[in-house]
Amino acid sequence: MTDLPEHRPSAEDEPISREPYQWLGLTLITPSLLFISLLFLLPLGMTVWMSLHSWPLLGTPRFIGGENFVELFGDGRFWRSIRFTVLYTVLVTSALFLVAFPLALLVDKPLRIAGLFRTIYFMPVVIGFGAAATLWTWLLNPDNGVFAELLLRAGIVDSAPRPTESFWPALLVVILMVVWKQAGFTMVILLTGLQSVSDDVIEAAKIDGAGPISRFFRVTLPLMRNAIILALVLNVTWSMLAFDQFFVITQGGPRNSTVTAVFSIYLESFSSYRLGYGSAMSMVLLIILVAISATQMAILNFRNTQE
Amino acid sequence: MTDATLNDDAGELNPVPATDYLWRAIYIIAGFFIAAIFLMPIVWSISNSFKLPAETLSNPARLIPENFSLQNYRNLDTVGDGVLSFVGNSLYLAVGTVVVTLLISVPAGYGFSKFRFPGQNVLFIAILATMMIPFQSILTPLFLILVKLRLANTLNGLVLVYVTFQLPFSIFMMRNAFDAVPKALIESARIDGASQWSLMRRITLPLALPGVATVAMFAFLNSWNEFLAALIFLSQEEKFSLPVMLVNVTTGIRGLIDWGALQAGITLTMVPCILLFLALQRYYVRGLVAGAVK
Repeated sequence: MTDLPEHRPSAEDEPISREPYQWLGLTLITPSLLFISLLFLLPLGMTVWMSLHSWPLLGTPRFIGGENFVELFGDGRFWRSIRFTVLYTVLVTSALFLVAFPLALLVDKPLRIAGLFRTIYFMPVVIGFGAAATLWTWLLNPDNGVFAELLLRAGIVDSAPRPTESFWPALLVVILMVVWKQAGFTMVILLTGLQSVSDDVIEAAKIDGAGPISRFFRVTLPLMRNAIILALVLNVTWSMLAFDQFFVITQGGPRNSTVTAVFSIYLESFSSYRLGYGSAMSMVLLIILVAISATQMAILNFRNTQE
Repeated sequence: MTDATLNDDAGELNPVPATDYLWRAIYIIAGFFIAAIFLMPIVWSISNSFKLPAETLSNPARLIPENFSLQNYRNLDTVGDGVLSFVGNSLYLAVGTVVVTLLISVPAGYGFSKFRFPGQNVLFIAILATMMIPFQSILTPLFLILVKLRLANTLNGLVLVYVTFQLPFSIFMMRNAFDAVPKALIESARIDGASQWSLMRRITLPLALPGVATVAMFAFLNSWNEFLAALIFLSQEEKFSLPVMLVNVTTGIRGLIDWGALQAGITLTMVPCILLFLALQRYYVRGLVAGAVK
């Protein structure tokens, strides 16, 4: 997959250490184990523990069993945020593929200039979501933003549009921003897929009389399946965790209609200070994410056993 | 599967028939047109940040500033402790994360690659598996742990959090990098009487430097750009990182947003990332694909 060497230590591949050094290896990895235990595994366990408590920021936690979850099931606002996150994930993932696929085909040319295009299309990926979202807040602002200016000059609108004041325009501009920022990433993953299709296979299809369109759909696309699934898995996971772009651009509005799952956990834990309830929300989100990952892994496995 | 770098020097194809020049021209024009769309927001914001505040507000359509001015950057000083302190905070977070991540992941990668010890595979898989759990889902308890450690609202506390979430990928990268060092080289150095320490420092580490560069770059970019944890864990304005400071400017002082200053802040936040990426894009894409595929 990468040009990283695939050397794996195996049974006959003797380690460089002799007996007395065996434990040195364990010593070398101890600091990382401490970090991961203290700041990853411990909080993961605490999430489960806290979700069973009424846990205010100040004051004593009280064990309440499954009450948080019972409340959560009837919590319309929480399920609305989950539904919205799923809607956003479906739309933004489709949009990313629609834009990134043509881009990948465009930059897959063996020309020097294609390398330059790749670099430029990828550039927004390295900007943080916080900065990118703030940048778009300016582009979209009705007072002196570029979008308002362009639309006014073109005569498409009479007055500067305020996209964040209603649901669909707000969602649309966030998707636009994310596609601008992240399309380059999907493009690169798809590009590795495109480049994995050997020229011989394409040549053979050509000799068999397949035209360019049927070559793409019958030969290239099926052989790219791993890359496509990978890009899909990553985009779905990240979109399900979306927070920054909505916190900055729509601030959850209008009327809390663009509050994502992570956003609602943030509000519950760090605005209302109901840490136990927030933890219960975290667990539900985690279960949803694990279910999605497991499904995608199963599809991948199914695919591998087919070959 | 071949390695897709962003700057493959594939060179030109064989001599092309004359009609192909038309297609090539169309290709290049289309490519640059799309490039312009991707670049426009970045270029526009940078250019606006150097305009006089009045021009920033009145004339968004002019690409080249009429008068080159640093006034927007100076206006950022009215926010909190001033613009330089925010740059300082972000640099502290990013450099701190890079240093601690390397101090921990390089030995760990070496330990996993060059030693055999009980439970090795289980531990390695367990560390990789933590990549599946997003940090967003454990923020609340993480906050409580930082409070207990008296590290809440400190840059050091945030560095520890960033390092932890950087570790699985970094250890994975470093183990691969050390695996790539030829065994014969190590064997012959040992026959020459090299100690364990000098084996690592003089022979293997220099050869694993591309891996170190990749780990360092991702640690820098991820901590420089991180938003949610910084928003939650840093509560005093003077400790804010750049992305958190930007949001504060967006919310405006008394409802009034200083758009010029905002663009100066955006430029300060994004330009270092772009420069770092342009300098190290080879490592970037390699790391990206390696991390994604695991």
